[in-house]
Amino acid sequence: MTTVAVKPATMAQALTRAMRDAMAADPAVHVMGEDVGTLGGVFRVTDGLAAEFGEDRCTDTPLAEAGILGAAVGMAMYGLRPVVEMQFDAFAYPAFEQLISHVSRMRNRTRGRMPLPITVRVPYGGGIGGVEHHSDSSEAYYMATPGLHVVTPATVADAYGLLRQAIASDDPVVFLEPKRLYWSKDAWNADHPTEVEPIGRAVVRRPGTSATLITYGPSLPVCMEAAEAARAEGWDLEVVDLRSLVPFDDETVCASVRRTGRAVVVHESTGFGGPGGEIAARITERCFHHLEAPVLRVAGFDLPYPPPMLERHHLPGVDRVLDAVARLQWEAEN
Amino acid sequence: MTVMEQRGAYRPSPPPAWQPRTDPAPLLPDAEPYRVLGTDTAAKADPELLRRLYAQVVRGRRYNTQATALTKQGRLAVYPSSTGQEACEVAAALALEERDWLFPSYRDTLAVVARGVDPVETLTLLRGDWHNGYDPHTHHVAPLSTPLATQLPHAVGLAHAARLKGDDVVALAMVGDGGTSEGDFHEALNFAAVWQAPVVFLVQNNGFAISVPLAKQTAAPSLAHKAVGYGMPGRLVDGNDAVAVHEVLADAVRRARAGGGPTLVEAVTYRMEAHTNADDATRYREDDEVEAWRRHDPLQLLERELTARGLLDEAAIDAVRQDAEAMAADLRERMNQDPRLDPMDLFDHVYAEPTAQLREQRALLGTELAAEQDDQEGDPR
Repeated sequence: MTTVAVKPATMAQALTRAMRDAMAADPAVHVMGEDVGTLGGVFRVTDGLAAEFGEDRCTDTPLAEAGILGAAVGMAMYGLRPVVEMQFDAFAYPAFEQLISHVSRMRNRTRGRMPLPITVRVPYGGGIGGVEHHSDSSEAYYMATPGLHVVTPATVADAYGLLRQAIASDDPVVFLEPKRLYWSKDAWNADHPTEVEPIGRAVVRRPGTSATLITYGPSLPVCMEAAEAARAEGWDLEVVDLRSLVPFDDETVCASVRRTGRAVVVHESTGFGGPGGEIAARITERCFHHLEAPVLRVAGFDLPYPPPMLERHHLPGVDRVLDAVARLQWEAEN
Repeated sequence: MTVMEQRGAYRPSPPPAWQPRTDPAPLLPDAEPYRVLGTDTAAKADPELLRRLYAQVVRGRRYNTQATALTKQGRLAVYPSSTGQEACEVAAALALEERDWLFPSYRDTLAVVARGVDPVETLTLLRGDWHNGYDPHTHHVAPLSTPLATQLPHAVGLAHAARLKGDDVVALAMVGDGGTSEGDFHEALNFAAVWQAPVVFLVQNNGFAISVPLAKQTAAPSLAHKAVGYGMPGRLVDGNDAVAVHEVLADAVRRARAGGGPTLVEAVTYRMEAHTNADDATRYREDDEVEAWRRHDPLQLLERELTARGLLDEAAIDAVRQDAEAMAADLRERMNQDPRLDPMDLFDHVYAEPTAQLREQRALLGTELAAEQDDQEGDPR
């Protein structure tokens, strides 16, 4: 048996490869957005697609997000599978009406006769030193809209696997790409991509027994680091990567919390009205008698995303996660 | 050599010569709305087309009065009437081939029915038993769009996709004068022109966006003039002249199909009724104005032409009216039956496969419905 030499790849490269392979496999797949063609996207995630497949398959559109997504709706009505790139999280807002009033509802409106297999790729989150409007965590808006899948990879293998699944899905998928992980690397073979769990399944990234950290996207590496650091305090933390906010995997999350009895939800998005509130409520409703302490949240502060020179104070870091773990009423056990 | 000397030697090279990217002159609309009926050119209109337009306009008006009556009887949640605008509605449907697509707004039920969609299924949204009643693929008609102008980029995308696939399909998108103020109107027209997509935009300028008159909506010379800014032709037409609207739309459809790109058509018409049954038009307009438009009625314009040319006798008028009455009777009968509702349907089409959460909620509603059923069966009354 020979082992294939596996070189490290970045998340951005895995995303590019996912689109490339999807376009090669299905002529209905069309990539469109601002600067996605000749330039290859401002993050170079669509690099090479226009050269390989032509500008009709990877199209530089006019600079108008509602128009891009609205046109994608019409293209999907005619049997195409558009993959739309929104350049930055906060620049996706002009497309909200199309997303909420049409993309999320067309299948339901037409009793399943007109599904819209559209993937909306949104680079999201902070930590890259971006100026205003370049670092939002907008997942709560999407989660609150029935009819959308909301997916976010945190690993290189998931970036490829989940994006392939999103493009193949007959439902619209908001695909949130943690932009500060674009350059994160992992051993990953583009010619033999790792199989990943389907959209809708969470994955235990680190097994543990003391408490569960529930997280996704850009906060996964923070939680992994916190779990390592917690060993010094005598805590063996389990880390659950949600991967998909909608559909939400109650089963995996609750199984973990029932084992550990304690949970902290970690995300960059604001805490008030953010995903953590929904997740904490779901855990409390389902695992109340297994809980040794209230479910805590470590989230971005409830303020407009800070200027880059102050963002490190806003973003949940290892220390803030460990402080939350320390507040999980351990005294009661002694 | 000093810096000053260097600057003295510098000669600016002029930028590349500027020229307009498109010659605007051929894109400009006519100074007056284009008319056929009542003019010398009317004599050239095809008798068969005149008869078809007439029959459809008569049916359309009857459909409006019947749907309005059903609303007053509580059978429809709301009905936005297009009485006075039947010429636009009918001409839009007749200007298209079967393979083409129509993108209607909520007031465009007549165009949808004229396209062949079942009159009852067309009213599903307005009856309120579902958000859309017909299969869009059967007659190539998108669902009635309630959010203004949002259907226009869909038409552009569909037409663009068809062209990419090598199909000679044209999309016709309908919008009102108020809708032209929306951002999606701008973005759709811009995309269509840049992509040279085979789309025709029909703006029915009926004078009002609910209560707000056009003067408060735009300062453009005409809505058709807006086309020029996008680099596409704008056409201005009398929206109550079915023959003129049909001719202008058919020209634009032909041009789009031949690869000539999009056209914006402004049809000047008038909404004879209030915005919907829930609106009171006397609060914002004068009866004199309504009366003036009543004398420029799309149905009478057609009838006058047909009669003058001997193409329509009493028997023919009767036949058309009977056809419209039969349609109204059928509509009445079927709309007076309660729609069959299954609350469990609510969960079935949100996603291709319901999520675990939706399955739980479906089960909850199922339990509630079973309890209701038990209560009713156990009720001695």
